Amino acid sequence: MEQLFSDYTLRMVALGSAVLGIVSGGLGTYAVLRGQSLLGDAISHAALPGIAIAFLLTGGKTPLALMIGAALAGWLATLWIMSVTGTTRIKYDSMLALTLSVFFGVGLVLLTYIRQRAGAAQAGLDTFLFGQASSLVRRDVVTMAVPGGAALLLMALFWKELKLLAFDPEFGRTLGLPMRRVDLFLTALLVVAIVIGLQTVGVVLMSAMIVAPAAAGRQWTDTLWKMVLLSAGFGAAAGVTGAVLSSTGTGLPTGPLIVLCMGVIMVLSLLFAPNRGLAARHLRARRSTGRFQLETVLLDLYALGMQHNDPLRPHPKGAVQAMRAKEVPVDRLLGRLEKDGLVRRAASGWALTDTGLRNVETLKEERT
Amino acid sequence: MTQGEIEIQLLAVVVAAACALPGAFLVLRKMAMMSDAISHAILPGIVIAFFLTHNLNSPLLILAAAATGVLTVMLVELLMSTRLVREDAAIGLTFPVLFSIGIILIARFAGDVHLDTDAVLLGEPAFAPFDRLIVGGRDIGPRALYIMSAVGLANVAFITLFYKELKIATFDAGLAAALGFGPVLIHYGLMTFVSITAVAAFDAVGSILVVAMMVAPSAAAYLLTDRLRDMILLSVALGAASAVGGFQMARLFDVSIAGAMAAASGVVFLAVWLGAPRYGILAGRQRRIRQKWEFAETMLAIHLFNHEGLPEADIEHRVGHLEEHLSWERDFARRVVRRAQSNGLVQRTNDDDENDLLALTPQGRKAASEAIENL
Repeated sequence: MEQLFSDYTLRMVALGSAVLGIVSGGLGTYAVLRGQSLLGDAISHAALPGIAIAFLLTGGKTPLALMIGAALAGWLATLWIMSVTGTTRIKYDSMLALTLSVFFGVGLVLLTYIRQRAGAAQAGLDTFLFGQASSLVRRDVVTMAVPGGAALLLMALFWKELKLLAFDPEFGRTLGLPMRRVDLFLTALLVVAIVIGLQTVGVVLMSAMIVAPAAAGRQWTDTLWKMVLLSAGFGAAAGVTGAVLSSTGTGLPTGPLIVLCMGVIMVLSLLFAPNRGLAARHLRARRSTGRFQLETVLLDLYALGMQHNDPLRPHPKGAVQAMRAKEVPVDRLLGRLEKDGLVRRAASGWALTDTGLRNVETLKEERT
Repeated sequence: MTQGEIEIQLLAVVVAAACALPGAFLVLRKMAMMSDAISHAILPGIVIAFFLTHNLNSPLLILAAAATGVLTVMLVELLMSTRLVREDAAIGLTFPVLFSIGIILIARFAGDVHLDTDAVLLGEPAFAPFDRLIVGGRDIGPRALYIMSAVGLANVAFITLFYKELKIATFDAGLAAALGFGPVLIHYGLMTFVSITAVAAFDAVGSILVVAMMVAPSAAAYLLTDRLRDMILLSVALGAASAVGGFQMARLFDVSIAGAMAAASGVVFLAVWLGAPRYGILAGRQRRIRQKWEFAETMLAIHLFNHEGLPEADIEHRVGHLEEHLSWERDFARRVVRRAQSNGLVQRTNDDDENDLLALTPQGRKAASEAIENL
């Protein structure tokens, strides 16, 4: 941790990863909510030919030019996915897989073409495939932070429109908003988030940067702005943790470590988020089963009594147990009910108390 | 072509055909992205098996990777079964994590052996002829060609044997379950074959091309036919065509073979998307234009039919009046009349455009009354 403040390289890597985590986490929220989690994967692969063409046109490896090329190609790929799924019966997932592989293939063709023409100069292919977080310098962090910050700012400015797009585009249309254009706008923001991440974590892992923080954030809240903040926070946390872990002598690559941290956050969120989390769900289920069983035993005792036209008549435990499967722990349930003052022990078994009888009457109403 | 090039071309065609077979079902079952997920997620399986055998050619690698592929499917389904994330997010989470584990394993333990990640992603069919299969001291061809052929035949066998089950499970999973075909079993069976194909092909062509060859030809075939059998055969044919076109392009320009094959499959899809006889966009546009004119002609016939023999017919049946009554532009009205005339629906009494009267032919009367009935 101390290193984080003293070591320049580590500071830059951590800062860059944090910026990336915030931007992709924040914008990924919309992708996840709209069921477009895999669009990020398609865009990141589709960026490759754009990078190659930008390299061919500018003749050098200017990060900004490559980024613009990548963004244009990613954006074009999305338009092509939208227009094919809009005009034919080809499904969205087929178009994603087709576009990512075909664009990537075209990118490979162009890169090999560049390689044999330009000789040694390569457009840093490996950097874009797998990311090179450990080589981030101040200039890279700035080239990431400026467009990323702008994208987040635009997201905040068009908050209402984007929210409508995510939850009820039909309603947005009836309000007279150009929802198709809002969709294209949001996609452009997503493209920005992806392009700035390519250099850090690479093509394959970019998908996780978009999906994981948002999917984790979704578990903790039902409010959009909280979800955006949470997933940006998760993204930043995973980015910094991954960067620190990779620098502390392990020699492990940063990108995959960031993704693994994301995975851990994701799993913890699925398990332990209040309300939606699996642990909370399990507890809730147990509690409601328990209450239901208590109520059932109370009603059984009443039903037994009514056979003798005396709801308060005591019955032996065996009679109560005989009403239910033997898995129902009647013994324990009667004990709990006694503690609550709803039943009492009598000489010949168990009987309802007056409070118990009153409870039965409300329960009877509830259950009909 | 030299012998090496012929071997590469042959391998490319076999890979394309082997991938297209399960690919058709992936496209129909809306699971195309599973090919992407599986082809990436098998990396840790390959790495672990490699650590155990220290041999990149060991069949254990294929088994381990295929098992990892199935594990990927299971993890995705496990995530979905919590109902906390949707399918797309479950896929998007699972494969990068598994891929990361693979990369970390390589970085940690295999730094100096020949097993690098871009080989997995990119692949290079050009190296395939250097790895020969020697049987009894005789060189019988590139090893990859035999492996891919075996996998392709296994795919053919799987699809032929379980054709009925696959078909029902694909188009009506509920019915398949009701008939006792076990759609879950079919699902995992298909995913096993997708995994095996992806593993066998990644070595020769890389995982990105696997995705292209599984999805692009099948998606194109989906626009050309409504029959499953034809779709499978067509996707094999289109895949093979992409392989030939791609390799020849790569040879001509000396570029990545895998990339060129993927690009060629994209070109094939683009051509089909534009020109498919029924589902292509050009055909769709033509159909819309034809429907527009047909509709206008029917409107005209109904209009004449409604006023026929009534006192106002003298006014209503004038060509010039159509502008007012049907709110048609003058030009459009004239063109509709001309089309209706040449189709034998209406007749003119004289050739003066403004004042001449239109009359329905018997055929036109029939068309109008049929159209009204159909309303």
